[in-house]
Amino acid sequence: MTDLAIETSGLTKIYGDTRAVDGIDLAIPRGGVHGFLGPNGAGKTTTIRMLATLIRPDAGSARVLGHDIVHASDEVRSRVALTGQFASVDEDLSGRENLRLLAKLYGFRGAGATRRADELLGAFGLEGAADRQVKKYSGGMRRRIDIAASLVVTPELLFLDEPTTGLDPRSRIEVWDIVRALVAHGTTVMLTTQYLDEADQLAGRISVIDQGRIIAEGASSELKASVGSGSLHVRVMHRADLAAVREILVRELGVEVETTTDPHGLVAALEDRSGVTRALSSLEAAKLELAQFALGQPTLDEVFLALTGHTADGGDSPDGQPTDEEVAA
Amino acid sequence: MSTETRTEAAAPEPAPASGVKESAPQAKAIAEALTTGERPARPSPMSTSLTFGWRALLKIKHVPEQLFDVTVFPVMMTLLFTYLFGGALAGSVQDYIAFLAPGVLVQSVLFITMYTGTTLRTDIDRGVFDRFRSLPIWRPSALVGMLLGDGVRFAVGSTVTALVCLAIGWRPAGGFVGVVAGIGLVLIFAFSLGWIWTFLSMILRTPGSIMGVASFVLMPLLFGSNIFVDPSTMPGWLQAWVEVNPISHLVTAVRDLMNGMPVGPELGWSLMWSAGLVAVFGSLTMWKYRDPS
Repeated sequence: MTDLAIETSGLTKIYGDTRAVDGIDLAIPRGGVHGFLGPNGAGKTTTIRMLATLIRPDAGSARVLGHDIVHASDEVRSRVALTGQFASVDEDLSGRENLRLLAKLYGFRGAGATRRADELLGAFGLEGAADRQVKKYSGGMRRRIDIAASLVVTPELLFLDEPTTGLDPRSRIEVWDIVRALVAHGTTVMLTTQYLDEADQLAGRISVIDQGRIIAEGASSELKASVGSGSLHVRVMHRADLAAVREILVRELGVEVETTTDPHGLVAALEDRSGVTRALSSLEAAKLELAQFALGQPTLDEVFLALTGHTADGGDSPDGQPTDEEVAA
Repeated sequence: MSTETRTEAAAPEPAPASGVKESAPQAKAIAEALTTGERPARPSPMSTSLTFGWRALLKIKHVPEQLFDVTVFPVMMTLLFTYLFGGALAGSVQDYIAFLAPGVLVQSVLFITMYTGTTLRTDIDRGVFDRFRSLPIWRPSALVGMLLGDGVRFAVGSTVTALVCLAIGWRPAGGFVGVVAGIGLVLIFAFSLGWIWTFLSMILRTPGSIMGVASFVLMPLLFGSNIFVDPSTMPGWLQAWVEVNPISHLVTAVRDLMNGMPVGPELGWSLMWSAGLVAVFGSLTMWKYRDPS
């Protein structure tokens, strides 16, 4: 039992009429990164908040590192840490003061607390900003101090709630490197994200959550395999050709061909790859020019679409509000 | 996992143009920081509460405007009420300040306690409190520490009020010791009253609504009391209210201490009310603290 990092059964949280988390069953082993993937408002944050003992479930049960989250919440709290949109640091204080504060709360005394704070500031490349107020930090620095704050005492399990939302690409890669370093050290990481490439990059196993329910689970390769053997992406040269190209592809491939957010693009999920060459020849014969085409493993985006019927970033809410919904939920 | 080579290669990046010494996080250094593995003994409730009190003081250092309300507000109240009512009620400012000073001190401090609630709500909304709630510490310590830190602000407010009163002619018979004892009692009561506001901040969603409810609670307590006038001139129903109002007990006790008079049962009443407030609203707060809205 205790070799599981997280084990839940029928975990449920209800806000008003909304079943924010609607009976989730998880069995996540120790070690590595477990991805928790879903669009805004899917229930990721609410689940994590329950597992980290910040809110209480309305039904179901959960054990984290072998301890019940309701009846042994203190045991859970002493073994896990969390970082995310909701568990941050004090913006009014400097980076060093924040880390010293947490070090003291974990029981380090005076000089010990300062030493631990400086160690972490160094490791996260924040020495230069140590005495600046956190509200003056850049997005990437802010995320680093948030993560550093979770590592004052090395946790057995770290919850990372959308650690790269709103970060520039370079800072994202920095955060990914930090996550890899944590995992290499033996910490189990549960990562929520709405970015499929992030789950793809970091997570060994992925749970896909939508509308409070787990709709799929597995390694990223398994999830991809579940939607067929890959997909064909084409981009037409002339937009006027789109319908004609689509018609030929449907005929030759024998599968449905979807339009994409790109007005010139089409994508077809393939049962097998045999028809592709024939389809391309037919297009050439019909003098329909393509700007590009690609045959590949399905992306997690396509997996998501196939599983939920809507795209990951579209969801049922208009985009642009990355986190508010879940926080308010 | 090819982590090592990746991160090593990424490490020696050029410093950003801002000129601030800032380096990328180093996987190796992070691993070292993790392997320290030091896990000190769990600190005592007292220790964590004081640490949170220290946080409140750090916040005053960074945001000194926080002292504005505790200084300007009491000065304004004292001057306004003394000069507004002094002549009419007691014949002269001199005579009135002797009566009013202890009461206006109580009023100033208790009024600013409600900022505790709005500050806490802001902390909850910003997410700092979730971090604190996720720590393996004595649960009330974040709130106790916050109230202790506010105690420092209230002490500043009390001192300022006392100084203003002294400047305009207040000469308390109880002397320095009496005044300090009186302020001490006010601070104890203010700490206890603070738990009502912490509870409000757990159940109300915006700082504005906390402020509204807090004012609604405080108004009848502060104005329906013996702070400004002797209740003997009031109609019977109001006298009855003033008699049972805990603020009246507190004001009487503080007056007695500051005027060097023997303290009556009001001191006991004030302390009992304080204990009761902590017991009731402290428990309610901690009950909601598990799962705030």
